[in-house]
Amino acid sequence: MDCDNCGKPAKVHLTQLVGGKVKKVALCNECAQTKGVTDPTGFALADMLLGGAATSSGAVPTLAPTPSGGAARSCPQCGFTMADLKKVRRFGCGVCYQTFREEVNQMIRGMHKGPTHCGKVPEGLMAMHQRNQRLDELRSRLDQAVTTENYEEAAGLRDEIRQLEEKVAETD
Amino acid sequence: MMRFTTLIKYPADWMTGEGADNAVVLTSRIRLARNLAGIPFPGWAKKNQRAEALEQMRPAVESLDCMKDPFSQELDSLSSVQKQVMVERHLISREHAARGEGSAAVIERRQSIAIMINEEDHLRMQSIRPGLELSTAYEALAEVDDQLAGQLEYAFDADLGYLTTCPTNLGTGMRGSAMLHLPALVLSDQIGQVLQAVNKIGLAVRGIFGEGTESLGNLFQISNQSTLGESEETILRRLERVIAQVATHERNARGKLVEDDPDMVCDKIGRAYGVLRHAWIIDSKEALNHLSLLRLGGDLGIFSHDTVRLCDELLMEIQPAHLQMHSGRKLAPEERDTIRAEIVRSRLQSLEAPDIRSINKTGGDDDSSPDLGIA
Repeated sequence: MDCDNCGKPAKVHLTQLVGGKVKKVALCNECAQTKGVTDPTGFALADMLLGGAATSSGAVPTLAPTPSGGAARSCPQCGFTMADLKKVRRFGCGVCYQTFREEVNQMIRGMHKGPTHCGKVPEGLMAMHQRNQRLDELRSRLDQAVTTENYEEAAGLRDEIRQLEEKVAETD
Repeated sequence: MMRFTTLIKYPADWMTGEGADNAVVLTSRIRLARNLAGIPFPGWAKKNQRAEALEQMRPAVESLDCMKDPFSQELDSLSSVQKQVMVERHLISREHAARGEGSAAVIERRQSIAIMINEEDHLRMQSIRPGLELSTAYEALAEVDDQLAGQLEYAFDADLGYLTTCPTNLGTGMRGSAMLHLPALVLSDQIGQVLQAVNKIGLAVRGIFGEGTESLGNLFQISNQSTLGESEETILRRLERVIAQVATHERNARGKLVEDDPDMVCDKIGRAYGVLRHAWIIDSKEALNHLSLLRLGGDLGIFSHDTVRLCDELLMEIQPAHLQMHSGRKLAPEERDTIRAEIVRSRLQSLEAPDIRSINKTGGDDDSSPDLGIA
């Protein structure tokens, strides 16, 4: 497989949930480095896939810290846009909260006691919730393994993640 | 299916305060906001999507255990007066009353559980209890919520919790509130201090009647502002603790007023009685403020204890839409004031003159109040 960024042979394979969907990306070592894949907090696959960041040349040194796309970005489920959000300060549908996650995080700062839900979880979603937490953990360990060039462990982790993701997809 | 007239004919269980100590905390209310996954929120949904959401939710709501032979109507089948009456009874929100096609209200017969379909969120459900009973109200609603979650797929995010149209409701989607009657804190000028302290803890305070900061009838609502980052239990525990403290302050203030200045208290309550018994024209503001004092008198033992309940019913009955329903036609504002006075006079006809000697010096504690033998 070739690097999605520059076309050289890919060495790093990454999977992330973007807007509720599993997205995969393959990168060569150089691009992985410049895109900040090795820094789990600095890399957002969403930014790469949703445009904004360079996709054909490896010349962009770092990714922009804020989501790209500007006012034209719209929710894939309901078509709600940033402009609508600015106007009504309300959202169009549940998926909007993934589409505009950065804006949401900014909006809720100071609005609530904390940024993370710690109350009731609807039954059935509980199992899913736990699986997702496990996935997050595996993914960060995968990042770690890639950083330390421990490719054997990374391969094992990748398989485990893939298995778990298939389960999630089934229950969906 | 229950008819509107049947629904409205009798006061709700929570309104009569049956068996509860509701002299200071009239009611406790819990509201939960929920949305369906996969369908845009009501305000953004297209007409057919709203109809589709209603079609999914209404059978699920009507088949809830608590909804035996409920009141269930689409809002476009109700007149604007009927909708307004429901707002005044706290059964639907003002926002919901403004909606028509594609929105519905399903209300349990005793009016303690009411569910709005396609309000700002797909589901807005509320549970009301008399007195300070937030936990009990929550438990009843949590049961409803669990049953619905079994039939409907909620929009939920592991980090943000229940996804709501407005980010101010994210997380638990829960708003707990209590309605408090605080005449003694107002009369003794302590209200500002107390409410400021409540506000500092991150709870919201507002008047029930009146606009802006004005509060008519000395009625206040205390509710949680934050819905994300804490569990339902934590939010409710804090609310209950703070509301109980405010209620204690009010009790102490009542005791102190009677102790320090019984003449002032008796004069105010006596004048309120005089006006309400004999006024021919009375606007909403004047009526609310006098009723508040009558209610206080009922608690202090100056009137029979039934007076508290009588005042609570009158608070509803003198609202504009209730007046219109009562007279069966649209009323001009001046007409309203005349009819309002008429209703108040007739309801208070059998209320005996204040018995000033029986004023309860211990601050209206039910157990120690003397047997008045008036009722």
